[in-house]
Amino acid sequence: MEIARPYVAAFSARFLLMLQYRAAAIAGFLTQCWWGAIKIMVYAAFYRASSPSTHPAMTLAQVATYTWLNQGLLALMPWGCDPEVALAMRTGVVMYDRLRPVDAYAYWYARAAAFMTSRALPRAILMVLVTGVGMRLLGFRELSWAPPPNAAQSALFVLSLVLMVSLSSAFMMLLNIGVVVTLNDRWVSQSMNPLLVVLSGSLVPLALYPDWAQRALFVQPFAGVVDIPFRIYSGNLAGVPAYQGLALQLFWTVVLVLVGRMWMEHVMRRLEVQGG
Amino acid sequence: MNAIRLLIRYGSASIRAQMQYPFNAIMLGIGQFTATMIDMIAIWALFARFGALDGWRLGDIAMFFGLVSVSFSIADFLSRGFDVLGAEFIKTGQLDRLLLRPRTMTLQLVGNDMRLSRFGRTAQGLLVLAIGTVNLHFDWTIAKVAIALWTLAGGVALFFGLMVIQGAISFWTVESLEAMNVLTYGGVQAAQFPLSIYARWFRTFLIFVVPIGCVAYFPVLALLGKPDPLGTPAWFFLVSPLAGFAFLGVSFVAWGLGLGKYTSTGS
Repeated sequence: MEIARPYVAAFSARFLLMLQYRAAAIAGFLTQCWWGAIKIMVYAAFYRASSPSTHPAMTLAQVATYTWLNQGLLALMPWGCDPEVALAMRTGVVMYDRLRPVDAYAYWYARAAAFMTSRALPRAILMVLVTGVGMRLLGFRELSWAPPPNAAQSALFVLSLVLMVSLSSAFMMLLNIGVVVTLNDRWVSQSMNPLLVVLSGSLVPLALYPDWAQRALFVQPFAGVVDIPFRIYSGNLAGVPAYQGLALQLFWTVVLVLVGRMWMEHVMRRLEVQGG
Repeated sequence: MNAIRLLIRYGSASIRAQMQYPFNAIMLGIGQFTATMIDMIAIWALFARFGALDGWRLGDIAMFFGLVSVSFSIADFLSRGFDVLGAEFIKTGQLDRLLLRPRTMTLQLVGNDMRLSRFGRTAQGLLVLAIGTVNLHFDWTIAKVAIALWTLAGGVALFFGLMVIQGAISFWTVESLEAMNVLTYGGVQAAQFPLSIYARWFRTFLIFVVPIGCVAYFPVLALLGKPDPLGTPAWFFLVSPLAGFAFLGVSFVAWGLGLGKYTSTGS
């Protein structure tokens, strides 16, 4: 028994450590469920307490699905720059990226898209299982993550989801280039996050803001990373408005990519490499 | 007295350290302020859209939200040592050094790192309270100020207790446990709104398991001079912040258990 002791100790230490990473992921997931549940209970209270004449152009069930989608796909939002780009800037590894015979913007863009989607996928699946299937089985039908109303909306949503990732990646590229300029990843993401939260619909669905602001909120670029795809999903945005939403997503993606490319070209022309 | 002096020295040392990078410290504070102030936009939007909420007005919500923000920010300022205990003290073996010093562990952990940026949230809470005051034409008599301070004291005790429990758990897990964020940050989030709007199971949790309702909802009802729509007797409103202190007591029992179990991991 005495001989085995160090190995048992090594095993349990490593095991506990790995469990921590798993635990951190689960903790993140629990936090998102908790946040979503609080938000939906608050929305439900407001819907219950008010006369239907004040209600927004969204039903409570649509708002609930929207909230769960948002919590499940939180990782698809451009919260900050790509941590690898920040690290590459700090350590000087960025010069390898400069030497690659590929288009620098497209290379980072592809990695940004992969970074976001790979993080989002497992959480989204877990979220569907818990808040879609689980809550339904427990009887919270109206407040659960509901499936899209029909096949047409599902198809439009898939298209919108692709555009959402494209737009988010274009936003993330702007943050990446911001980090190249300032070398400070924290300020760069901190400066955009309040705008992102308020204008994307992540704070409250955009339809819940006052009516006079609706048109402006619909056409601004942040709507494309939360509000437009999730309203298409729930069927709240159908027919012509849905196509308008898709067109806006595409438009802003193109604009941000063009701006990002031009900015990156400008910045990379006089890049100072750190480290050795 | 000696302990207080020592704590002040700890505090001034860590604040001096942060002021070596004043821009950094100020930006972090501003970041905390904006990140937490954003929730007020959501509250405004909901009231602008739906009107009242079961007799609650925007100003009432601002009172709930402002007080809980201030108490959380103070507890957060004092408890960072417990928050990072797993990663920075237990895993590295640094805790052994603290154990050798002839002062209590609590004192040393409180003094470990007092973050100025936490006052960004304090400022946010105070601003939200000011919004509530204006919105309700609220009259801050001496008695009301006393109730508010008593509420804050209970809130600080409760949130500090949560951090102590988080620290105690890390004696077992070695790492800092992020799942506790659900209770701390999530608790603040939940306490923004009156408990009466939540589902029954959630209310029960917030009153009897982690008594955030007792340091936010009930005493603020006393402050606002409103009855509880759920029929809790009014005498309980002013007693309820005691639950925060009771929770702190329980958390130190857990802390004692964890510390008793501690065997150094460092080398």
